[in-house]
Amino acid sequence: MSELERHSYDVLVIGAGGAGLRAAVEAREAGLRVAIICKSLFGKAHTVMAEGGAAASMGNVNDNDNWMVHFRDTMRGGKFLNHFRMAELHAKEAPDRIWELETWGALFDRTKEGKISQRNFGGHEYPRLAHVGDRTGLELIRTMQQKIVALQQKDGKQYASMESNVKVFAELTITDILKENGKVSGAYGYWRESGAEVLFEAPTVIIATGGVGKTFKITSNSWEGTGDGHALALKAGANLVDMEFLQFHPTGMVWPPSVRGILVTESVRGEGGVLTNTAGERFMFKYIPDVFKEIYADNEAEADRWYIDQDNNRRPPELLPRDEVARAINSEVKAGRGTEHGGVFLDVSKRLSAEVIKKRLPSMWHQFYELAGVDITKEPMEVGPTCHYVMGGVEVEPDTAAAIGVPGLFAAGEVAGGMHGSNRLGGNSLTDLLVFGRRAGIGAAQYFKSNGKNPVSEAAIKAAAAKIQAPFDREGGENSYALHAELQEVAHNLVGIIRTATELEDAIAKIAEIRKRSANVSVSGGRKFNPGFHLAFDLDNMLLVAESTAKSAILREESRGGHTREDFPGMNNKWRQKNHISSFDGVQVNVREQALPALPKELFDLFDVHELEKYMTQEEIAKGGTN
Amino acid sequence: MARMLKLRIWRGDSNDGALQDVQVEVNEGEVVLDVIHRVQATQMGDLAVRWNCKAGKCGSCSMEINGKPRLACMTQVAAYGEEETITVTPLRAFPVIKDLVTDVSFNYKKAMEIPAYAHPDELAPGEARMEQIDVERSQEFRKCIECFLCQDTCHVIRDHEENKKSFAGPRFFIRIAELDMHPLDTLRNRKKTAQEEHGLGMCNITKCCTEVCPEHIRITDNAIIPMKERVVDIKYDPARWLGSKIRKREGIV
Repeated sequence: MSELERHSYDVLVIGAGGAGLRAAVEAREAGLRVAIICKSLFGKAHTVMAEGGAAASMGNVNDNDNWMVHFRDTMRGGKFLNHFRMAELHAKEAPDRIWELETWGALFDRTKEGKISQRNFGGHEYPRLAHVGDRTGLELIRTMQQKIVALQQKDGKQYASMESNVKVFAELTITDILKENGKVSGAYGYWRESGAEVLFEAPTVIIATGGVGKTFKITSNSWEGTGDGHALALKAGANLVDMEFLQFHPTGMVWPPSVRGILVTESVRGEGGVLTNTAGERFMFKYIPDVFKEIYADNEAEADRWYIDQDNNRRPPELLPRDEVARAINSEVKAGRGTEHGGVFLDVSKRLSAEVIKKRLPSMWHQFYELAGVDITKEPMEVGPTCHYVMGGVEVEPDTAAAIGVPGLFAAGEVAGGMHGSNRLGGNSLTDLLVFGRRAGIGAAQYFKSNGKNPVSEAAIKAAAAKIQAPFDREGGENSYALHAELQEVAHNLVGIIRTATELEDAIAKIAEIRKRSANVSVSGGRKFNPGFHLAFDLDNMLLVAESTAKSAILREESRGGHTREDFPGMNNKWRQKNHISSFDGVQVNVREQALPALPKELFDLFDVHELEKYMTQEEIAKGGTN
Repeated sequence: MARMLKLRIWRGDSNDGALQDVQVEVNEGEVVLDVIHRVQATQMGDLAVRWNCKAGKCGSCSMEINGKPRLACMTQVAAYGEEETITVTPLRAFPVIKDLVTDVSFNYKKAMEIPAYAHPDELAPGEARMEQIDVERSQEFRKCIECFLCQDTCHVIRDHEENKKSFAGPRFFIRIAELDMHPLDTLRNRKKTAQEEHGLGMCNITKCCTEVCPEHIRITDNAIIPMKERVVDIKYDPARWLGSKIRKREGIV
């Protein structure tokens, strides 16, 4: 066997989407040597799929906006299960993170005064999303990709090589986070291209691997969304928080079958698109929950006027938070008022001219025209819910993004939990990854400076290497593609948008059974760029994630945000005070309850107490926040 | 309705390879990437193919379909005749790694050679004011999804490995144009270095790059030709050359 490829860095960033790149920039600027791992090519991460925009209360379009309004919207969207400190930091720092991107060359759409334009989105009281048409994620990832290159060029002038202090390792998968003496010491993985193994010695590791959508059959996520970071963290001894909360984006494509699940941006509704059923009814008016009755219009005339005069009219119900809209579409289809393909209609052609649609929603026009043969400037789109985002994730210290329980481990972006509570507002994820990506970079730099190196032991290397070789040594075992398809079926049918105790019990048993069989996966072909081999490892991650989701979901006996129980349909204020913490004992995932940190007084006082009464118990209201 | 499709796939690596014929089920509305995935899941577990978003937004699944550089996720099977065999091969301009996957590191090296955006020192974050009409010119080029189909099809490097050293390719000409037209960028002489260091002069404007661009960026008309014209102006017109030194927001005529 050839000699093991070894690298030594101060910090290893796993994931090259928005959060990972933002963390890498910060860590490099703090003086650290940084390795960035991406599972695909540099610049292809799932962040490119973010369409609508990045929410930040810059107040460029409506100057009533500020961080407090944004904080309130975020908490409402998450049904007050958010970690208050993360929501607070996010709302306060988001504008600076957007402006900073401009100094790195980003070109957002402009207002008439030449400022960054901001658009409306579900759950946001004011126009708040900085955007570039409907390709905002691409702009973010390209800007940060080019910022990394700028840092490399700067290093190139000072040191021997441009890659001396920041290097991107593209098409590399990490299979283990290594620890020595209870602290992070590095990570182990393989090059996807050659299958050759690689050791990274690094005392700090930042996980920024994004989501878990590929666990489900219908998803907007690419093949990369396999919950790698969630599983790596669990196996390294970290916790996951509230994994029952998954966001089903209300509008994914439903036809033809090959594009089922692909995202249709919420901007379509932000720009005036309306949802109708096959009876021609604009049904969202029927689904406004009590907690939102004061801010959403209950009739078409008022909803339509809002697009012209936002100060004197309530918002159209198409712009309710995503969980509400997804459930409404699901109910319409179940009641037999859906299309033959199981969707409803979304139409923007009646409100905007063809020219404006092509300008504001260019990639949507393109996507429907080329993939479905539908011209959205003339006809409605067919849409339905698609698994889009996981609110649950690694339990972290809000200020530093440090993973609780594992010194040297950090997590930021979608893989981290807490920020969005039970449901994320559109636009909050792009600023989440900037705000907490940066904080993870700072946190890692501080940790590194006070802890220094932590060498990896030979025993740890041997164990990690054995795991990678195992599927090649088995013959005639299970096929990873088939097991993946089975898991997706189970997750979709039994842990999906609407859940019941019996189905969840069934799911837990079936996931355990698939996991048992997955231990016997064998791989055909060699190590060189072999997708069957790659999937064997991704599958293991998805199984842990699914187990954690199902086991958290069966415990939560209420419906809230991205967790709907048919057998417990209402929201229950007692459950709002509880987080679900998943940990891994080497054999299975265990889930326990933990108290949600209570709102401190200064944040409690930002709300009208009558609004809080809808979410909190009498005792909590009487206390009026902690000191 | 499902039917059987005749698909011919190039399989091999840097040493050796050949086209292999397979029959695979295809359903209504499916794209070429769908059938490749079906082959992978049912017949060739180790078939190598790159892909990510499957919605034409990430530019990963670039390959040649019946000899044309295309994104497999945006190519409808129905665009070909029912009896037609669809042939998929790796990008020709780049070295093969395995099957449909090529080594595109050339592009990332070139990206590192283009000087980064330079923000005006005096302009603090949040202070920038730009007109929509001014940002739109660069925004057209920032739509680029880096699929590298333009690089693959470009005559200058497609069959001329020796030109790669001195030629950045259409993807990076639009990157330079984007920075050159950026209302705030302070770095001077981007067009001049495009000509002198990145091989702009080697382009003979056959517009092949524009034709294959899945984002419909007008690479030749809006980036390459205007830069070429200005390079000529700067070289031969002393007044314009001086003007470009005095005003940054020269733009492109």
